[in-house]
Amino acid sequence: MVYKTLTKVSLVAGLAIGASSGAFAADEPKTMMGASDTMLANTCAGCHGTDGVSTGPAIPTIAGLSNDYFVEIMKGYAAGTIPSTIMGRMAQGYTEDEIKQLAKFYIAKPFVKAKQDFDPNLVKEGGKLHDKYCEKCHAEGGQSAEDDAGVMAGQWTPYLKYQLADFNAGHREAPKKMAKKLKDMMSKEGQAGIDALISFYASQQK
Amino acid sequence: MKITRRGFIQAAGAATAISVAGVPYIALGAGKKVVIVGGGTGGGTAAKYLRMADPSIEVTLIEPNKHYYTCYLSNEVLGGSRTLDSIKFGYDGLAKHGVKVVHDTATGIDAAAKTVTTAGGQSFSYDRCVVAPGIDLLYDKIEGYSAAAAETIPHAWKAGPQTATLHSQLEAMKDGGTVVIAAPPNPFRCPPGPYERASQIAMYLQQAKPKSKVIILDPKPKFSKQGLFIGAWKKLYGYGTENAMIEWHGQQEEAGVVKVDAASKTVTTAFGDDIKADVLNVIPPQMAGTIAVAAGLIDDKGWCPIDLATFESKIHAGIHVLGDASNAIGMPKSGYAANSQAKVCAAAIAALLNGQEPGTPSYVNTCYSIAGKDYAFSVANVYRLAEDGSKIVAVSGGVTPSDASPEQLKRDVGYAHSWFNNITNDIFG
Repeated sequence: MVYKTLTKVSLVAGLAIGASSGAFAADEPKTMMGASDTMLANTCAGCHGTDGVSTGPAIPTIAGLSNDYFVEIMKGYAAGTIPSTIMGRMAQGYTEDEIKQLAKFYIAKPFVKAKQDFDPNLVKEGGKLHDKYCEKCHAEGGQSAEDDAGVMAGQWTPYLKYQLADFNAGHREAPKKMAKKLKDMMSKEGQAGIDALISFYASQQK
Repeated sequence: MKITRRGFIQAAGAATAISVAGVPYIALGAGKKVVIVGGGTGGGTAAKYLRMADPSIEVTLIEPNKHYYTCYLSNEVLGGSRTLDSIKFGYDGLAKHGVKVVHDTATGIDAAAKTVTTAGGQSFSYDRCVVAPGIDLLYDKIEGYSAAAAETIPHAWKAGPQTATLHSQLEAMKDGGTVVIAAPPNPFRCPPGPYERASQIAMYLQQAKPKSKVIILDPKPKFSKQGLFIGAWKKLYGYGTENAMIEWHGQQEEAGVVKVDAASKTVTTAFGDDIKADVLNVIPPQMAGTIAVAAGLIDDKGWCPIDLATFESKIHAGIHVLGDASNAIGMPKSGYAANSQAKVCAAAIAALLNGQEPGTPSYVNTCYSIAGKDYAFSVANVYRLAEDGSKIVAVSGGVTPSDASPEQLKRDVGYAHSWFNNITNDIFG
């Protein structure tokens, strides 16, 4: 449960959520609440793909993640603790209950692994690095959602690269254990390690 | 409540519309036939999402063209970084969802008889009709401009052959030439579009014809994402300097184009200035597409008034209008808006055809503009319906911050391209 630490952090920071209050524009009329899970979730598909399966390459698939992970990420975007270009602006539009509704819809949809290019020469090394540094939390080669960590196997490569760059640059706070592991890996392997990991995750297409 | 609304209607054994104060007309047992007029972003999305919501709904899509060219990212075709083929989509994907695709032109809709008739002499009966024709171009609002003149003075505001014409003219233009873009008045399809277009053309000219420039003549005092565009133009194209590759002239200068001389490629502004172009792109004023006019769905401003929760016409019951043709008060006329509205509309129609009340709507719009190499920004909003139904209200969002880092601007190019892949797959796939 690597995300427990982050949960506490972002719950505090996430108090800003609450779009229905009209805080966005004080002179706007009161708005309707109570949209269904499907109604809310289908609005995401224009960017993330029908049923949350992205055709990529930069926008991630959001289907088949864990409930806790989905909710934490959305809260992190809303609170600004996870950097983004537009997701911060979007996530603030939903209440906590609605974020749970979105999660409920998307966790029930299958994660479809991306068909994408990778360097076959790096896959073996990437697999080793994954086992050494990542597998404890991102189980089953990074494809399990049940550990409440992100799904990396078959996720779109540019998205994973952005996230790793943000963690390494300190723009996105990693949970303590991950921060330590990532620092370890970077000091021993450097960017080559990232490239190998990315190839390993991208190589998983079935 | 023990007796649900659905149960009540079934108990009443209704085969025709029942009216209860304060709730919509609900026709049960009348069949589940939906005819959609227009196979663009709105119509295509509505067709697919109706089938996803309820596979027992029979959906017929009437669209004259075998392929649809998206307007979004057509500016990248002009900039040279994208092919026309990459914005071209067919209807096989929708057919796989069980949508009956008919290539014909709808010419009339009889709201009382609930039929759509076509130029090919066909007639289609419906229980609910969706009209998504996009825009019509008002050539006659600009003296000297016409559909015939548009063959050589392209608007390129409906993508496809028009995009190809403008692109080939840009390629044929000599270095040192002037490209004039006549921007339209509000409201119009794709508010940031003319300015993204100027950016993409400038990007092309910068590397291929660096002595050339783009002049935007605008009847408006301001425009969408203005701060972000001006910032980008300053950074990338020398905006505001002697060597500016983009100039913008607005209402303050009475710069809107009122007259076109197609032969000499000269435009006249409201102020009376004559400006000669080497490549001339005239984007005329707009209104709802032809079929919306023929079906009597427009108001005196030329757009279709609708119930914002269901997109049902306020003029003709049983007909829903969405996308650019509709007056979706509070939302821009964008591809994403049409996609989002179509899902709200499809859910409402599926509910109504099953004897249920439509649920609470939720809408989103996201729109990227690619201003140059590794340089894109966005406007994005989450919307809810006002409780009194009077407007669609943005509850969060806004534009990219003006201090966005180069890395963020670069990432947004990647996100724009991914967005394109996903939305076109969401519509046609």
